[in-house]
Amino acid sequence: MPGPSPATRIKALSDENPLATSAAVPRDVMEYDVAIVGGGPAGLACAIRLKDRKPALSVCVLEKASEIGAHILSGCVIEPGPLDELLPGWRDDPPSICVPARRDEFLFLSRKRAWRLPNPPQMHNKGNYIVSLGALCQQLAAHAESLGVEVFPGFPGASALFGGEGRDTRVIGVRCGDMGVEADGTAGPNYAPGVDVHAKTTVLAEGSRGSIAKQLIHQFRLADGKSPQTWGLGFKELWRLPPGRTEPGLIQHTIGWPLDAETYGGSFLYHLDGDRAYVGFVVGLDYRDPRFRPFEAFQQYKHHPALTPLLEGGEIASAGARTIVEGGWQSLPTLEMPGALLIGDAAGTLNVPKIKGVHQAIGSAMLAADQLVETGGGAGFDVRFRASAAGRELYKVRNIRPGFNRGLWFGLANAALETVLGGRTPWTLDNHADWRSLRKTAESRAHDGLEAMASAWRPERDLPPRDRLASQYFAATVHDENQPVHLHVLDTDICRTRCTEEYGNPCTRFCPVAVYEMVDDEAGRRLHINASNCVHCKACDIKDPYEIINWVTPEGGSGPNYQNL
Amino acid sequence: MKILVGIKRVIDSNVRVQINRDGTGVVTDGVKMSINPFDEIAVEEALRIKERGEAGEVIVATIGPGAAQQQLRTALAMGADRAVLIESDEDVQPLAAARTFMKLVEKEDPGLVLLGKQAIDDDSNQVGQMLAAIWDRPQATFVSRLHFADGNGRAVREVDAGLETLEVELPAVITVDLRLNEPRFVKMPDIMKAKRKPLETVPLATLGVDMPPRLEFGRHEPPPKRAAGIKVESVEALVKSLRERGML
Repeated sequence: MPGPSPATRIKALSDENPLATSAAVPRDVMEYDVAIVGGGPAGLACAIRLKDRKPALSVCVLEKASEIGAHILSGCVIEPGPLDELLPGWRDDPPSICVPARRDEFLFLSRKRAWRLPNPPQMHNKGNYIVSLGALCQQLAAHAESLGVEVFPGFPGASALFGGEGRDTRVIGVRCGDMGVEADGTAGPNYAPGVDVHAKTTVLAEGSRGSIAKQLIHQFRLADGKSPQTWGLGFKELWRLPPGRTEPGLIQHTIGWPLDAETYGGSFLYHLDGDRAYVGFVVGLDYRDPRFRPFEAFQQYKHHPALTPLLEGGEIASAGARTIVEGGWQSLPTLEMPGALLIGDAAGTLNVPKIKGVHQAIGSAMLAADQLVETGGGAGFDVRFRASAAGRELYKVRNIRPGFNRGLWFGLANAALETVLGGRTPWTLDNHADWRSLRKTAESRAHDGLEAMASAWRPERDLPPRDRLASQYFAATVHDENQPVHLHVLDTDICRTRCTEEYGNPCTRFCPVAVYEMVDDEAGRRLHINASNCVHCKACDIKDPYEIINWVTPEGGSGPNYQNL
Repeated sequence: MKILVGIKRVIDSNVRVQINRDGTGVVTDGVKMSINPFDEIAVEEALRIKERGEAGEVIVATIGPGAAQQQLRTALAMGADRAVLIESDEDVQPLAAARTFMKLVEKEDPGLVLLGKQAIDDDSNQVGQMLAAIWDRPQATFVSRLHFADGNGRAVREVDAGLETLEVELPAVITVDLRLNEPRFVKMPDIMKAKRKPLETVPLATLGVDMPPRLEFGRHEPPPKRAAGIKVESVEALVKSLRERGML
């Protein structure tokens, strides 16, 4: 089912934003040595390292969230090694949520029961910390600013700027998103054109499925010859619980119910201090049943008898969703191109078997900074990363995630083998593209196990949130309604015809906040996009089976306002 | 003419406010803080007056913790000329705030004081009125349109019955409502410029405003949860259900 090529999509995107590409709009230009797109752990670590090693460099960090940390959502148990190297004193002034890991549990769930499994060695967390990554990023940002880094929350990098022609094309910076554009694409009364940020080197640190990274990976053919990238979709809630139920530092992961054996994923539960806990769930976006509903799977998991006694009577403080880059070593694109580098999850450095990405994001960021400081440019960064400890860490575990393409049991056996051999198997398994992995609805019906999973949800759920919209409330997401829709669907005819027929519009099920709706009324069947609900997880940009959804940055400051996630 | 604008650092309007465990206040840990939206409108109006050539200088001031510098920098990035932080880690109640502002008014001698009509955290809606009384100058509150002629301010204010137009002799205190304007977006180069604009910090204790708190907070509670609704099949069932509940 070939969709339109990314080139068509990128062109269509610029057609929809005439102001953003118009040469007639006067724009301020700001010059930097290094411009970093994305104020997450990778971007901020890169900025700090650059200034630590070469204070004379001018460095800026662009961030689309209204403030640093507001779009950060991560597990998150961090391995402190790279952070210790970056910021040795971080423990003296810890982020608002920071609990030392004390005990690990790994469970297999059936509908009613739970079995303890041996802890996989990658998942031992001794010496690690459960943190709020959003809070940690706020501290990194404050430190970066104290070193002279210019941090700009509320200013999304919207598109890359190019210089040179043909083979000499290079990235010369990024254009920030325009503010005050009306829904019809015209300039409103407060219209403020986005600044052009010019830089000797642009570092893309946008996190999972970065929108500029996506464009550049295509344009510079950085993924040619690599395995397709694959992602997961993660949900997370911060709970405030009745006193005395938690065991601070307890880290619990589960596999099994409510997922069937062909769907990759599992849960996490991290006990915090102050009678709080993080509860979350991750599903591989290479799931195959188009009727599968990831958000509802998460909610079902919370109703397992092993979970409800903990959660009952508690309340949600904050919640959200974000995709996770899972492709690892074989899907890692070339990390450099003329004028720009990819780091962290925008590149895909996360270690899936460890279920940790922050140490890798910081590690790759520091290497990128070292490369820039030592050589004055990014050339050679790709080789340097692959040969580094962070690169070798990815190589060792490269076959574990794709092993689960053949089901849970094969995956576990393969993971055990790979772990014993330390990744010295002579082969490298392939990932497959998430947007291609769906079966047609008709084929799914023939599959009994799936039928059970897709339809037999326990309808009566007692724990909050009631549904996806109630959950969205806890993300406190805001988009000014009078702005252009930032979810570009290239051909909505496909939605009401082929997709309805072939897949039953899976976007209405995989979107964690019900952005996509199919409406049937007098005007006929059509797609309705509730863009203001969007929590910027990027699942639609990844999973839509025709590759026709293109996520672009909305007006700066829009999106979720996560607290302590 | 000099315009003095008072702003307050409050929990951002997009944040879901949560009450803390023991009910003594709201959770502020890791919560986004912003300029009170009404005050932002006051800053915007001051800038527009200046841009029309009717004022020479816009000074923004706040009473709050050291971190409130962040909100003052935002106002400077919008275009204000300089800022004053009257630093205090204590909660400052309306009368104390008005008396403190009075000290600033004595020092700066502004032709106009612009304030938001109220702050979205405590919704007191008192400081402007109190300041006008202490200063013994005219006031116009809830203003949604404002212009100047012959040294007087003409302010349209929203009242229960509709709109009321007041003419106030300057200097005066004007508190602004939502419809007055839509604040501009801050631009990146202006954020850089704002870092170099003067920001003076004055400890509240040095101003000699001795004002013990007069209001005491009892308890903070979230509004009661609504019970779940039910779905009825028909009009008859609806009527019956309402009757059973004694609502019809």
